[in-house]
Amino acid sequence: MEKQRYERPVIKKLESNMPNKFGMRTEYKPMTHIDNVAVKDMIDEHGSPLFVISEKTIRNNIRNARKAFETRYPKVQFAWSYKTNYLDAVCRTFHQEGSWAEVVSGFEYDKAIHNGVDGTKIIFNGPDKTEEDLEKAIKNSSLIHIDHLDELYTIRKLAENMDTRAQVAIRVNMDTGIYPMWDRFGFNYENGQAWDALNKIMRSDVMDLVGLHTHIGTFMLSSNAYAVAANKLADLAIGIRDKYGHEIQYIDMGGGFASQNNLKGAYLPGVDTNPSINDFAEAITSALINSNFKPDKLPLLILETGRALIDDAAFLLGTVISNKRLSDGRRSTIIDIGVNVLFTSFWYDHKITPAQPFTQHTEDTVVYGPLCMNIDVIRENISLPLLNKGDHVVIHTVGAYNMTQWMQFITLRPRIVMIDLESNVHVVRDRETLDRLLEFENVPEHLKTFEL
Amino acid sequence: MQQNQNVMKIKKNIAISDSGFVFNPSSGESFSVNPIGMEIMELLKKEMPTQDISNHILENYETDAPTIDKDLYDFITMLKQYGLIDDNEKD
Repeated sequence: MEKQRYERPVIKKLESNMPNKFGMRTEYKPMTHIDNVAVKDMIDEHGSPLFVISEKTIRNNIRNARKAFETRYPKVQFAWSYKTNYLDAVCRTFHQEGSWAEVVSGFEYDKAIHNGVDGTKIIFNGPDKTEEDLEKAIKNSSLIHIDHLDELYTIRKLAENMDTRAQVAIRVNMDTGIYPMWDRFGFNYENGQAWDALNKIMRSDVMDLVGLHTHIGTFMLSSNAYAVAANKLADLAIGIRDKYGHEIQYIDMGGGFASQNNLKGAYLPGVDTNPSINDFAEAITSALINSNFKPDKLPLLILETGRALIDDAAFLLGTVISNKRLSDGRRSTIIDIGVNVLFTSFWYDHKITPAQPFTQHTEDTVVYGPLCMNIDVIRENISLPLLNKGDHVVIHTVGAYNMTQWMQFITLRPRIVMIDLESNVHVVRDRETLDRLLEFENVPEHLKTFEL
Repeated sequence: MQQNQNVMKIKKNIAISDSGFVFNPSSGESFSVNPIGMEIMELLKKEMPTQDISNHILENYETDAPTIDKDLYDFITMLKQYGLIDDNEKD
């Protein structure tokens, strides 16, 4: 007789009072395949844990985003936010889709150049640009978004000794009615700092003011804040036109659009409540079109959207190490995915789906990572189907920031694969090895030997 | 495992339906149990020793002895915690 599939025995008390913090069961179907490739096969070949990126989803996301803006506004340009995910394969997918590069450090700038992006299509943001970085950016006619006055003076000094004029914009921070207000980057709109910087640039004969930039926050749950921001940048641009007779070429609205992830503490799932790319597009383009720009003089609209374009294009596959019972009776499940590779589990309640069939029975579970550290918690409360040791799980919406903010801590960082449009699996970043890490270390001669 | 030699007995008044609904009339609490859990509870009701229950599962399901040993111990602990096992009738 053929044996039945084993599911561990479980008994669950039925509660008819208030919903608890574990919530309802959310998983109904196993995720056995990603883009027609079996999860199990990928883990067998590439190990566990494993990041999996869907090229198809990236291309769909950027095409949908472009459509959302281009159908509402005549001149739109996306720039891929390198810090969100600067794997070359990811960046080049966006560049193939027409996105420029948006970088925030010399390292990222060099990576964009290495990827073959023309200097004039690199937007250089961030508070830390060295003289060497700036000199390179001026020479390449990159778009330098000035963060503070010290940087402005440095650019002026450098440009005075160069043949090329610096192509600059300023980053403007402002009150858009949201909390917290990001005022640490750029120049403030309300207190006149922005105008002060603009006047300095306009009176300099070695800099060209080409644009205005803002980036009002991150994971924004209100599209209206972008309308406020677009209005204020339009007001500055019109002011410059009236005062200096100078038309700026672009308005860069930055990024910060929410993805469909579930923010911790949110009562309803992000997929139901977070604004869509169309909501953000409507708010921004309406504000610009309704401003005092002449219809034939509308500036180019640049968007540096990162998270909303890549988050749902990546999955993290893992394996159950053990099931335990906590002192208060709660179930705990340990998986081989730690917070060192899933940094965003500090912000999000990531959706977790088993990769093999399961029944309708669930247990209120705490999901821990493999690190011997108390902070290594992937989900504090989740109503999870019954998983056995060795079972596989798929963690969703992990494409933004994890593959850049991850760290080598206790465990080595895993491999990353990308599934192309024909369902071929490519390794786009190999797993770390001890030898590779030891290349960075050096042991002084007197510490090389010891006796125990 | 000490309890494996024991016979754990489900309290006589506990009602277990075919669909996995468990009702404890003395506390008014109700529970849901998955099919394998229901099977184990039925065997416990028949006073089958836990070691025999382990063997029975091993014969009928795709699993191994350490997994059953661990999961059965955990399940019986939960039954005790929910007050469904009659400690006084334990051998």
